[in-house]
Amino acid sequence: MNSVILQVASKHVRWILVLFALIALYRGHNFPGGGFIGGLLVGLSVVFYSLAYDAQKAKQSLKIQPEGYIALGLLFILVSILPGLFLKQYFMAGIWTSIHIPFLGEIKLGTPFLFDIGVFFAVIGVTLISFFTFSNITKWK
Amino acid sequence: MQTLLLVYLVSAFFPFLFRRKLLKFIPFFLAFVHLGSFSFFLSKVKWIADGNVLSETVAWVPQLGINFDLVLNGLSLAFALLITGTGVLVFLYAHAYMKSYKNLSVFYFYLFLFSAAMLGLVLSGNLIQLFVFWELTSYLSFLLISFFHEKETARNAAFQSLFLTGFGGLVMLGGILLLGSVIGSYSVSDWVNQSGLLKSHQFYLPGVVLIFVGVFTKSAQFPFHFWLPGAMQAPTPVSSYLHSATMVKAGIFMLALLSPVLGGTPLWTYTLSMTGAITMFLGAYFAITQTDIKAILAYTTISSLGVLVLLLGIDTALSVKAAMLFLYVHAFYKAALFMIAGFIDKKTGTRDWRNLGGLARSMPVTFVFALLASLSMAGLPPMLGFLGKELIYEAKVQSPVIAPYVLVLGVAGNALMITVALFFLYKVFLGKPKNQVEIKVKTDWAYIIGPGLLALLSLFFGLFPAVLGETIIEPALISILERDYNVELKLWHGFNTVFFLSLFTVSLGFILFYVVSRNDSVLEKWRAFNQRIFSVRFVDVFNSILKGFLDFSKRKTELVQHGYHRFYILTIFLVASIFLWYQVYVTIGWNLENIFTLRPFYVSRLVLVIILSTIFSVVSKSRMATIISMGVVGYGIALLFMYYSAIDLAITQIIVETLILVMFVLILQRLPLFARLSSRTSRIRDFFIALSFGSAMTVLALKSINVNFNHPISDYMIENSYTNAFGQNVVNVILVDFRALDTLGEVTVLVVAALGVYVLLKTRKT
Repeated sequence: MNSVILQVASKHVRWILVLFALIALYRGHNFPGGGFIGGLLVGLSVVFYSLAYDAQKAKQSLKIQPEGYIALGLLFILVSILPGLFLKQYFMAGIWTSIHIPFLGEIKLGTPFLFDIGVFFAVIGVTLISFFTFSNITKWK
Repeated sequence: MQTLLLVYLVSAFFPFLFRRKLLKFIPFFLAFVHLGSFSFFLSKVKWIADGNVLSETVAWVPQLGINFDLVLNGLSLAFALLITGTGVLVFLYAHAYMKSYKNLSVFYFYLFLFSAAMLGLVLSGNLIQLFVFWELTSYLSFLLISFFHEKETARNAAFQSLFLTGFGGLVMLGGILLLGSVIGSYSVSDWVNQSGLLKSHQFYLPGVVLIFVGVFTKSAQFPFHFWLPGAMQAPTPVSSYLHSATMVKAGIFMLALLSPVLGGTPLWTYTLSMTGAITMFLGAYFAITQTDIKAILAYTTISSLGVLVLLLGIDTALSVKAAMLFLYVHAFYKAALFMIAGFIDKKTGTRDWRNLGGLARSMPVTFVFALLASLSMAGLPPMLGFLGKELIYEAKVQSPVIAPYVLVLGVAGNALMITVALFFLYKVFLGKPKNQVEIKVKTDWAYIIGPGLLALLSLFFGLFPAVLGETIIEPALISILERDYNVELKLWHGFNTVFFLSLFTVSLGFILFYVVSRNDSVLEKWRAFNQRIFSVRFVDVFNSILKGFLDFSKRKTELVQHGYHRFYILTIFLVASIFLWYQVYVTIGWNLENIFTLRPFYVSRLVLVIILSTIFSVVSKSRMATIISMGVVGYGIALLFMYYSAIDLAITQIIVETLILVMFVLILQRLPLFARLSSRTSRIRDFFIALSFGSAMTVLALKSINVNFNHPISDYMIENSYTNAFGQNVVNVILVDFRALDTLGEVTVLVVAALGVYVLLKTRKT
């Protein structure tokens, strides 16, 4: 496919989608959204980009490869579930703390949020791995 | 003692710290650790003999009544001294023997870890813990036998021993769990206290039989004896340490440990004495026709293990005493002889006695030690072996239950042992020198110090038996018999039945030796005769059973895992719909009135669109059209979610639907043209299965509205979502907090699925 309009649009839409995904991730705890949806959105942004160009180019444009996203996600999940084991004596117990950030006000941070970030990255990785493997066997022209 | 085990565990990793140049100091260091713990146990001898017991407990799984108990009493002390004492000598010997091989760090790591596991086994005060150590020794034995893993015979032998001892260990675990469930504890002291309850319980018979299987496999009893000669593929230090002095004695230890709990019944006595007697005779009988000197020693080890099982089976104070003494007798002479055999192998390059002879001239010191050890093995005075044999005869003669044929087997076995011992000595060291490959290595003191010390100990304790009797045998006996018992050991017992029995045995042995050594052809004919009458070779039987088992599981696997994706799905749908229909059938109650309120009108239109595009996707002949209409279904459902204000679900549904659509389109190009391949009957079958599954799901969804639990769990979630988990979005809080474990599982599934996609499609050759 060689649509100039699509190509130009995809460059911008891609980052808008990523921004949107981050917002979904951030507000997930109180409003609709969350790590899973955010991850899917990021995946979608890459899919959109590769529809306009091709999968190879989309893959090259990634800073972190899909496997890396999976590893990152699992790492976040590991980091989020271990503190409960040591501090509260049982596995996956939620630990919360609140910090004050200028302009945003009081923010409650906890291991469940880290867990959500882990899900976010893992879903990105899973989506991209599946997508790239599928598109690799079918060269997109 | 925990500290001791920890030191062992840490020291086991020591070999990996050293580079090539310093590698030769490893055995010295490890021998030193052994020496340290040996002196620790030695220092406890007096204290234990006074009737004290050292025990330590670390909580392990207290909920299940399983703790990490360490107990040092007379029995475990006797074994611990054996393990650490021979350990010192074996490591010194290994220093010389293993010098020229590769991967030495790994070898010492295995061997030392084995010592730690064996020590843990004999110090266990808890049977689950004992089982763990028991399996560890089996596993390390496997690794050590296959140390020369480039040899196929070594790999086979290692696998065989692992299979048998591992199998036996699992069976034994079954017995332990069965008997433990009666008492509700796995601590040995609890078992001892409630031995009466155990013996009268209906689980006694199966439990004891299962434990026996474990013991018999580990201690190489008939009919599981055949792995031990195979294990001779291991380097000689391993043979002398694991397969004569320590690991094969684990079964004996188990019997001694449990004899106050389970012993004294006809089952115990007859099974053990029969098995022991048969093993004792067969071991000695097969030993004499072997040509490999290590194989000869392996078969005599089997015979000696038979003797030990027999003695523990007789289960009188006298027989247990004889068993404990013979344990030491055997460890002293057999470890020494193994080391000597290894030395001969190194020196001449062969282990076949037919190529050996006259070594006494070139290895005089070794000859003296071999002489002492062989005399002890033959049970001739003034060695410790003589004492052991006398005691064994005494135990057999005075035993209340033993049948005369056991005595006959015993005399025959002992006579054969004498013959083997003399034969070994005569053929290898005396006689005329053969044109052997002479002197490959120069005599290293490290080769001789181990067997020398052991042989001299056999002599020393033979002359002064009281030293051994009072310090080690007596406390061990007290902890087995659970009452005071005075052990007096003397070399000379006077002219009694036992003495004449002994005399008869010795003369029988000498006559046999005379016949055999006069003419080599006698032995050749005997060997041929054996091969003819014992046409059943246990190794072959074992192999064919194993092969049959593998074939069976292959056929079974092929039946279930046939590899046809459509049949997997078919099976899943069929089974699931049967269960669903059953559940729908047994759950009573319908309330459909307030379900079909498809107002406002756009909801009912939406449902109509979904239904129509579903039908279209089924009947359509074009793949693209099918996929697009399925997309319509998906988006329609997302809209429905939206209407019922499930925003999270709707967003997810839309994104997932988009992704799936794109991926489908990607694959679509590669697929061949649409064609009908399945037959009419199979399509009709699929139709009914699909109909059944789909309608089951529908009915389930309709019915689930009527199933009201008293307290819906969602109430709890909604109440606690903000107060306890600081989140206003209940769905998200459930996902990442309340039910985070589920999410973790889902993430795992996703990752595994992605890897599966990756592997499946990447490895395809296109």
